[in-house]
Amino acid sequence: MKPLLEMRSITKTFPGVKALNAVSLTVMEGEIHALVGENGAGKSTLMKVLSGVYPAGSYEGEIHYDGRLAQFSGIRQSEAVGIIIIHQELALVPLLSIAENLFIGNECASRGKVDWHETFQRTEALLKKVGLSEAPGTLVDRIGVGKQQLVEIAKALSKDVRLLILDEPTSALSEKDSQKLLDLLIELKAQGVTSIIISHKLNEVRSIADRVTVIRDGATISTLDARGAEITEDRIIRDMVGRDMAQRFPARESNPGDVLMEVRDWNVWHPEHTERQVIRNAGLNVRAGEVVGIAGLMGSGRTELAMSIFGKSYGRRISGEVLIEGSPVDVSTVDRAIAAGLAYVTEDRKKLGLVLDETIQRNITLANLPKVSNYGVISEAQEIRIAEGYRKAINIRTPGVFQKVVNLSGGNQQKVVLSKWLFADPRVLILDEPTRGIDVGAKYEIYGIINQLVADGRGVLMISSELPELLGMCDRIYVMNEGALVGELSAADASQERIMSFIVRS
Amino acid sequence: MATDTAETTEGARDRSVSHYLANHLRDYGMVLALIAIMAFFQFTTNGTLLRPVNITNLFLQNSYIIIMALGMLLVIVAGHIDLSVGSVVGFVGALAAVMMVEWGWSIYLTIPACLLVGILIGAAQGYWIAYWRIPSFIVTLAGMLVFRGASLWLLEGQSVGPFPREFQALSTGFIPDLLPFIKDMFGFERMNGFAVVTGIVIAGLIIWMGLQSRARNRAYGMVAEPMVFFVVRNLLVAGAIVFVSYKLATFRGLPNVLITMGILTIVYAFLTESTTLGRRVYALGGNEKAAKLSGIRTERLTFLTFVNMGMLAALAGLIFAARLNTATPKAGVSFELDVIAAVFIGGASMSGGVGKIIGAVVGAFIMGVMNNGMSIMGIGIDYQQVIKGLVLLAAVIFDVYNKNKQS
Repeated sequence: MKPLLEMRSITKTFPGVKALNAVSLTVMEGEIHALVGENGAGKSTLMKVLSGVYPAGSYEGEIHYDGRLAQFSGIRQSEAVGIIIIHQELALVPLLSIAENLFIGNECASRGKVDWHETFQRTEALLKKVGLSEAPGTLVDRIGVGKQQLVEIAKALSKDVRLLILDEPTSALSEKDSQKLLDLLIELKAQGVTSIIISHKLNEVRSIADRVTVIRDGATISTLDARGAEITEDRIIRDMVGRDMAQRFPARESNPGDVLMEVRDWNVWHPEHTERQVIRNAGLNVRAGEVVGIAGLMGSGRTELAMSIFGKSYGRRISGEVLIEGSPVDVSTVDRAIAAGLAYVTEDRKKLGLVLDETIQRNITLANLPKVSNYGVISEAQEIRIAEGYRKAINIRTPGVFQKVVNLSGGNQQKVVLSKWLFADPRVLILDEPTRGIDVGAKYEIYGIINQLVADGRGVLMISSELPELLGMCDRIYVMNEGALVGELSAADASQERIMSFIVRS
Repeated sequence: MATDTAETTEGARDRSVSHYLANHLRDYGMVLALIAIMAFFQFTTNGTLLRPVNITNLFLQNSYIIIMALGMLLVIVAGHIDLSVGSVVGFVGALAAVMMVEWGWSIYLTIPACLLVGILIGAAQGYWIAYWRIPSFIVTLAGMLVFRGASLWLLEGQSVGPFPREFQALSTGFIPDLLPFIKDMFGFERMNGFAVVTGIVIAGLIIWMGLQSRARNRAYGMVAEPMVFFVVRNLLVAGAIVFVSYKLATFRGLPNVLITMGILTIVYAFLTESTTLGRRVYALGGNEKAAKLSGIRTERLTFLTFVNMGMLAALAGLIFAARLNTATPKAGVSFELDVIAAVFIGGASMSGGVGKIIGAVVGAFIMGVMNNGMSIMGIGIDYQQVIKGLVLLAAVIFDVYNKNKQS
């Protein structure tokens, strides 16, 4: 068996971050190769390098495909040689039919006129191949996610795929649909299609993969042969998470007080797919002076839980109770949640956290304007004084508070968001991925701010995809999976292996 | 060594002046454009443009556009648009005519009633936009048709008028000379002393306030406007105000509508720049989701901007009807386009969050002076429209170009 794909020491840097550091990946012709690693380990970046989203020249290292050096300048070129990537977020147009979606950008047409007869015929053949019994004219909108996934694969087949890359293909699928998809992959393998599957579900990986490559922190850790006996889930988990944690977190004396916030029987349904329950019977509490973590994969419902608590900013048919210091509070709108003593630092600070074209000063006061105004008239002097205070206290690196936040680095933007919520003076802060996309130095500073917060007697609920961060910062960690809290660990009991095993085995 | 330091500070100052200019090119550019356009027409109309009677006319002709531009600025900053204002002008004018001429209502009943109707119209449209998230383009396009039709229906296709004198005064009245002795003191034959004194006082106030805010900015380490710019800008503005008030004084004094417009401009400038309400509108337009997650009731705020727009459109409708002294079914046709153009020429952004009241007012004057100047020159309406369209396009291209260059 010869290698179909060889990626040799690929290094990809973004401003300030080394996303991939000499990663190598070899995929044999006709195998199913699993790529595993934590969120942010670099799997998606590696696939983007492969498919030409990051064009040749923007990374270091070499890609050899089918025995030749490949230098793709865009997706079209990689698709032309049969490399097709199916993203986690499906790229189908919901209000077009299956047939239209299959041939989008690649229509069966002569001189601009679409041949619908041929389109439908070829669609039927392709749907048969992936085992989907739907009429070609059905709108993609009308079929479930599992079937949509099959449409994506049919689309790949229409382009004469040789190397099929699936990014978390089963994360949104039910057990039955997942199994169907995995069977299809094995069938395609028999027909000579090579696949790379990115997955967090180790039981799936074990059941279909021929070989497994583990990536961690932008580097290849190991490539294991899944057909032999050497591979166990524990081995994979160890490779996924094993890193040293020396001195990355400022020390803090843990001294939890009384329960500050409690959430009981929290249930939330999806805002659009009304039959889908996103949060199931979640219950948790945060004590004064305590940092509580929520671990879980992307899509496990952590952000949805936080946003639905914070002013019902997500979801429908929300039920359950939020108590602050033992008495129920009204969190039905954001301003009421703020009044009740909550603050929520969003995961996506650019889209949800900041008004980018406004100044630092105006962003910091936004959630608590009454405090800098009299009868609705803003005292700019007071506003500037407050903003300057935060700039100095938490070290926002900028010449002045009149800078627009769009010009700041990620770390400094995050400090502006934190300042905004500190100024709102909450009892409990929910921090959603507070250190995503910021450099190590700024991370350390933000950990320091969090420690200061709890030292002042506030409570912090911290959502993070980085397990070491949770282990380094939290007094207690809840583990969330598929909308439910599936485990709770004290700092002493928690380890990356235990958290991971809660997730992959629940 | 010493010369070195001197040179670097000198260099730094040059850089900071050019840097400041680059950042504020838009603000100055617009005022300079207005001055250039005025100079151009003053020349090509052989001085007619700045004659007292024509300056008075400029205010009378543009007052209702400017008043609506104040509300439209808020709507556009909030990230929306209102296409219905022209039809609302027509409808409210028609309603006022029916109330006064056919029902014999007094103006003291008619004016509040019409403003209330404007508020209700704004509320009716704002409700769908804010709480049902129907795009404002659609809702107000519907409003544009509905209220145009409604005014035709109200007037039964006829013109209704004339109006009582006191109603006409809303638009064509002038403040009498409250200080008649000044004229005698300086030996003028015909001059409204009150107008001149008002102009001088306002010019003085503007300079005083400018100095105050400059001192405050300096105290807080804000990037201050270079001294040269500050002096030139304030002298220009103060000079222009004194000049205009003198010109008005030698005609019939200060038009009532100029006072209305001036007070509203100050109120809305204050509202947008210094109040929590204004701040929240900018945040809403800049990033609605972030604003909402900061506890701002974005729906209610959107609703209120449309209520406000409805009220101002009604006021503009009254003023326009008073100016024509008759209500016609065609009143206000295509006003929305002038108003929207004024706001965009004034530097507001289509995507929301950006724009200033003073910009919208200057933008309206740019359009107004062009209308007026081209009419005096005898340029046909055909060319006028082409030229106005190109000016709007150029202003927005200039904006986009500037923004791209900065980033």
